[in-house]
Amino acid sequence: MFDPKIVAFFCKWCTSAGADLAGTSRMTYKPNIVGIRVMCSSRVDPEHILNAFKNGAEGVLIGGCHPGDCHYQSGNYKTLKRITLLKKMLNDLGIDKNRLRLEWISAAEGKRFTQVMDEFTDEIKKLGKLKINQL
Amino acid sequence: MKRIGVFVCHCGINIAATVDIESVVKDLEDYPGVVLVQDYKYMCSDPGQNIIKEKIKSERLDGIVVAACSPTLHENTFRLTCKTVGMNPYSCEIANIREQCSWVHKNKDEATLKAKLIIRSIVEKALLDEELEPVQVPVIRKALVLGGGIAGIQAALSIANSGYEVILVEKQSSIGGRMAQLSETFPTLDCSQCILTPKMVDVAQHEKIRLMTYSELEDISGFVGNFKVKIRQKAKYVDWDKCTGCGLCIEKCPKKAPSEFDQGLEKRKAVFTPFPQAVPNKPVIDHENCTYFKTGKCQLCKIVCSFDAVDFDETETFVEEEVGAIVVATGYDVYPVLNMDEYGSGKLPDVIDGLTFERILSSSGPTGGEVRRPSDGTVPKEIVFIKCVGSRDPEHHFPYCSKICCMYTTKHAMLYKHRVHDGQPYIFYMDVRAGGKGYEEFYQRAQEEDNVIFLRGKVSKVYQDDDKVVVCGIDTIYGRNVEIRADMVVLAMAIRPSKGVEELTRLLKIAIDQNGFLTEAHPKLRPVESLSAGIYLAGCAQAPKDIPDTVAQASATASMVSNLFSQEYLLHDPLITGVNEDLCSGCGVCVSVCPYDARKLNKEEGIVEVNEVLCEGCGSCSAACPSGAAQQKNFTDTQLSNMVKAILSE
Repeated sequence: MFDPKIVAFFCKWCTSAGADLAGTSRMTYKPNIVGIRVMCSSRVDPEHILNAFKNGAEGVLIGGCHPGDCHYQSGNYKTLKRITLLKKMLNDLGIDKNRLRLEWISAAEGKRFTQVMDEFTDEIKKLGKLKINQL
Repeated sequence: MKRIGVFVCHCGINIAATVDIESVVKDLEDYPGVVLVQDYKYMCSDPGQNIIKEKIKSERLDGIVVAACSPTLHENTFRLTCKTVGMNPYSCEIANIREQCSWVHKNKDEATLKAKLIIRSIVEKALLDEELEPVQVPVIRKALVLGGGIAGIQAALSIANSGYEVILVEKQSSIGGRMAQLSETFPTLDCSQCILTPKMVDVAQHEKIRLMTYSELEDISGFVGNFKVKIRQKAKYVDWDKCTGCGLCIEKCPKKAPSEFDQGLEKRKAVFTPFPQAVPNKPVIDHENCTYFKTGKCQLCKIVCSFDAVDFDETETFVEEEVGAIVVATGYDVYPVLNMDEYGSGKLPDVIDGLTFERILSSSGPTGGEVRRPSDGTVPKEIVFIKCVGSRDPEHHFPYCSKICCMYTTKHAMLYKHRVHDGQPYIFYMDVRAGGKGYEEFYQRAQEEDNVIFLRGKVSKVYQDDDKVVVCGIDTIYGRNVEIRADMVVLAMAIRPSKGVEELTRLLKIAIDQNGFLTEAHPKLRPVESLSAGIYLAGCAQAPKDIPDTVAQASATASMVSNLFSQEYLLHDPLITGVNEDLCSGCGVCVSVCPYDARKLNKEEGIVEVNEVLCEGCGSCSAACPSGAAQQKNFTDTQLSNMVKAILSE
């Protein structure tokens, strides 16, 4: 069975707090995604994402606050723009754009957090192993 | 290379049950840079912390990773532990292997592997962590309170009594809020205005409080301890410095409009004070209804004013102030009867909401406290009170309980009975929630002494038949349909956050919940703080609550503000984004993405300069910088890249 490795970047204020809530509520989800906590999703440089793919990630997930809820006023909008642009580039690099996902998960959405984790893991499983020769 | 120590917590069985601690310890022992791995049952306990202290000294560690619960819980604990033995607190990192690992995975092998990857990635971070010192920020010891109801009044008085200056901003022309509209308060039945108005006067006379009514917050910038606010004072068309509040203009004004204070039951003039005990007791001219503004003729108020206070050319003014803390106490509105089709959509004159009935009961109200129905002024002999209208109805309206209706409806029925001795009050209820000091006794009293009939069930329809209002409901205890031909119906409408609060929260960058109420930083442990530092909450803006709870919460809020102001300076998180001057090309991209104006382009030098106090450390500029000159401290590109690699290392 293909067991993908997925890297995630969670913003401290919303998504990581949502992940903590899933934990305190003892919800369960698939263990393939390992998260890195950053202050804001806008800290994530597209380079970090490409770096993850280069080093063997089958998928990359970014989690931020819902539009209008960013702790830093507008960070998530910047993330949205950057990810949209990067997704266009991914196809040119031979990486299915669905291997990169941006999700808004609030600190109150523990349940949603687990759903996103499971859904994305399943999607990557369906997409199969990522084959890139050069990056 | 740094000497990193890793401390793995079992958290009893919370972590140890699903993560094989022994295997984790073994794995980390061989990891580059790690010189010590130690596990313990409860790392956060005193013995646990002592182990950390001893090992830092004996192993000459210059960085540690504590693999335990979420950093939200104990990051501070462990950073302080490090500080006591001379290690820089920012050299301590937390690997969250509980909330984000052991608690959410069942398979021990999988959870163990994930825990290893999490810890490895945090070790990579710790290896390149810089030693940092918090930035010291001065604090402006002046508070801004938004809302002049009982919550805002209590908060303002309490902060001012601690010796700090307060600006109290209220959008109406007088403070007092909803409490000023109420008749008598449960469960003691003391007159609302009698207990409120002395506090209103205290606000006006307090030397530390600057009262700004008829005003609203226009703009805000800055951060905790150092907010810059712009307050808009609406045009009053009356110069309050000249006005003595004699009331002659009001008397002479020929134009009438429905009184908001009396819930439309009575008329007020176009130049008006909302109620006789208004503070400040000075009138404003209502632009929409004033004859002069409509036709260019009249000016009677101006003619009769012997102080030349009326000024039709007055415009709105803006005041800029600097404050250190903000209290949001914007209160509530009543959900309009208009939304209740089954109860006549607000078209039946004798079907009114609870707040309107308060005005009927109030001795300062349009009927002088005599219970008379709005349609024909007769004394109603039978009144039906319906509770939970709009509340506890997730399918059609709102899922939450408005909390105060059980008690005020009981009070309404009681006061009605006290005034109309041969009258009969009925209350339709879903549940009676009388949790509060003296509340259950009050409810018992209504049944036993005042013969209020409580019917457990919902009302399906209310309609007009001749001069009666027919109420069709069900009594679920007797299991029968009930039809009451009443003279009047009072609906306990749901409590809603005040109109305009959503725009305000966007301005303040604070969150609201799915029902529009302000979100507190933690539902149990930080109930009066918002998630934005320096912005606090009080009263019904946060959730429906009664007067005692509101006063208690507002006092707590004031205490938090005083707490903030009592600090000599505030410590600002040093996880900011600096500039590597050798790499900076002066392109200015980072300046354009910064939401705080923390970055400025020095054109002469061709590099960007950072104001460390303004930088909030989002790291957005780090991602934008094309040359790698903007690096967020302890979240550098190299750190993040190494963390990614560590996660993918197995």
